[in-house]
Amino acid sequence: MTQPRQGARRSYGVKAAPYGFLLPAAVLFALFFALPIGYAVWLSFHKVEIKGLGLGRGARHEVWAGLQNYTSALTDSEFLRSALRVLGYGAIVVPVMLGLALLFALLLDSERVRARSFARLAIFLPYAVPGVIAALLWGFLYLPDVSPFLYLLDALGLPQPDLMDGGPLYLSMANIAIWGGTGFNMIVIYTALRSLPAEVYEAAKLDGCSELQIALRVKIPMVAPSLVLTFFFSIIATLQVFNEPMTLKPLTNGIPSTWSPLMKVYNDAFTGGNIHAASATAVVLALATFALSFALLRASNRRTTQGASR
Amino acid sequence: MTGLASPLRATAPAAGTTPGTSQGPPPPAGGGTRGRRTALLPTAGLVLGALYCLLPVAWVVVAATKSGQDLFSTFTFLPGDGFTDNLADLNTYREGIYWRWMGNSVFYACLGAVLSTLVSAFAGYAFAVYRFRGREAFFNVILTGVLMPPVILAIPQYLLMAEADLTDTYASVLLPLILSPYGVYLGRIYAEAAIPMELVEAGRMDGAGEWRIFQRIAVPMMSPGLVTIFLFQFVAIWNNFLLPFIMLGDDEKFPMTVGLFTLLKQGASQPSLYTLVITGALLAVLPLIALFLVIQRFWSLDLLSGAVKS
Repeated sequence: MTQPRQGARRSYGVKAAPYGFLLPAAVLFALFFALPIGYAVWLSFHKVEIKGLGLGRGARHEVWAGLQNYTSALTDSEFLRSALRVLGYGAIVVPVMLGLALLFALLLDSERVRARSFARLAIFLPYAVPGVIAALLWGFLYLPDVSPFLYLLDALGLPQPDLMDGGPLYLSMANIAIWGGTGFNMIVIYTALRSLPAEVYEAAKLDGCSELQIALRVKIPMVAPSLVLTFFFSIIATLQVFNEPMTLKPLTNGIPSTWSPLMKVYNDAFTGGNIHAASATAVVLALATFALSFALLRASNRRTTQGASR
Repeated sequence: MTGLASPLRATAPAAGTTPGTSQGPPPPAGGGTRGRRTALLPTAGLVLGALYCLLPVAWVVVAATKSGQDLFSTFTFLPGDGFTDNLADLNTYREGIYWRWMGNSVFYACLGAVLSTLVSAFAGYAFAVYRFRGREAFFNVILTGVLMPPVILAIPQYLLMAEADLTDTYASVLLPLILSPYGVYLGRIYAEAAIPMELVEAGRMDGAGEWRIFQRIAVPMMSPGLVTIFLFQFVAIWNNFLLPFIMLGDDEKFPMTVGLFTLLKQGASQPSLYTLVITGALLAVLPLIALFLVIQRFWSLDLLSGAVKS
């Protein structure tokens, strides 16, 4: 055992070790993130001279297209319409889902409530159901011959709307996202609630606050950081909605193949065969996501660093 | 996501009961006078939420018992007597391809989640324990992967896989999912919270190599977090739709989500397939729900959302 030599080897080991541990992640990142992203950006600035699918190798000439793909993506009325649809959809999903998540979290956290673990589990359960299957189940529940809601409306003598077309479609689509996402967000907020110090409540109670007042004045402000975070993730998920409208599509004529921006991208790339236009649209979407994320994170960081940093 | 340095406090107590945290459930036993009255309104609210979340699951259980005609002619929640027939049809449909899809999903999710957990553990450990050049930069680069819309990755991933003659293989679905930015993020958070640097130093003093320290000291301490990462990845891969949908042409390699989607799509022209879709959806949801019921006692939700919180 020669102490110095071992020491030397060890410090070399310590120096090299982090790179060794990071090697798999770095290789995978390069191959499956960096390379595809770079390729997508490259594609977005090029176009093919020969028309056709052009997905394979062979006789196709890719020439520099400049910003052409971008200008046509941004001025494409289909794209703008899909973006507006998703905005409308998100305007329903995000507030309702987070509102319900907050409400359920507060209810779980309040005193003398029964059926707590049953409710927590049941509300969290949809997280385990793949988006495609969730959309499939709800899709059947929206079909006129199957739907219990339409049956109920009929029994009450009310008109039966088409749940998968026009205005009601937004609600139907939003319902699937709300159903699938409330539980997860509820758990996030609930956990934040439970890690608040008990003294705060004691003090509020001594001051004569009711449960409701404590919820509104103490609990909600204190879980604001997790609300910001869940808000942030919900917005991103909304921008990227794809599986659910794609799954509902075969059940109705009310959903065009470009309903959401990602469906439009998919459609351009694999049905229309125009991967260059699709790449430009995808890059625009990615940039929009980043811009929004940074704005939100910056806003929330300022908020939370102003508040007590524990 | 810059406030990562101050990770969750919620890691320390692995069980759901965090001592001294707020009021959670009312004190058990002893204080019998306090838990006596049930708060009706909050309980009712929670039960309603639970019923809403269970509705589609309850429906699919009932609908799977109906024959093709009953599905569209009898009341939604009236059970039929065709379950064994439906099951037999599903078994024999295209020589039991449904079970093949189920097997594929299990294969993708298990292998993918194991590999993903390993890569996340390595990377998370490296970020948490070592100080090295480019640490924060690389970490942030990986994190931006969370924000990347799946389509912007999937299109070029498909094209690159096509170049490498790998499309329509198991590898094309598996490989891109191994590196999960979110998994790496969780890995770092858990490693920072769970591994005291003194222990690592002590290991070095005793002459243990870096790899040995990781194996013998870090892995056992990180294991609750690693379980969480595994489950996250398992659910994410099980629910994945877009990537296999784009990569695969041969339906022998489809996971459950893509398989059921194609069945549903064919159902638009062959409504007799709807009973298969519904029975298939039920059988696809049940194992995940069972898994959730079993693991929820092991899966510390504090841990899960504590990390999301920060």
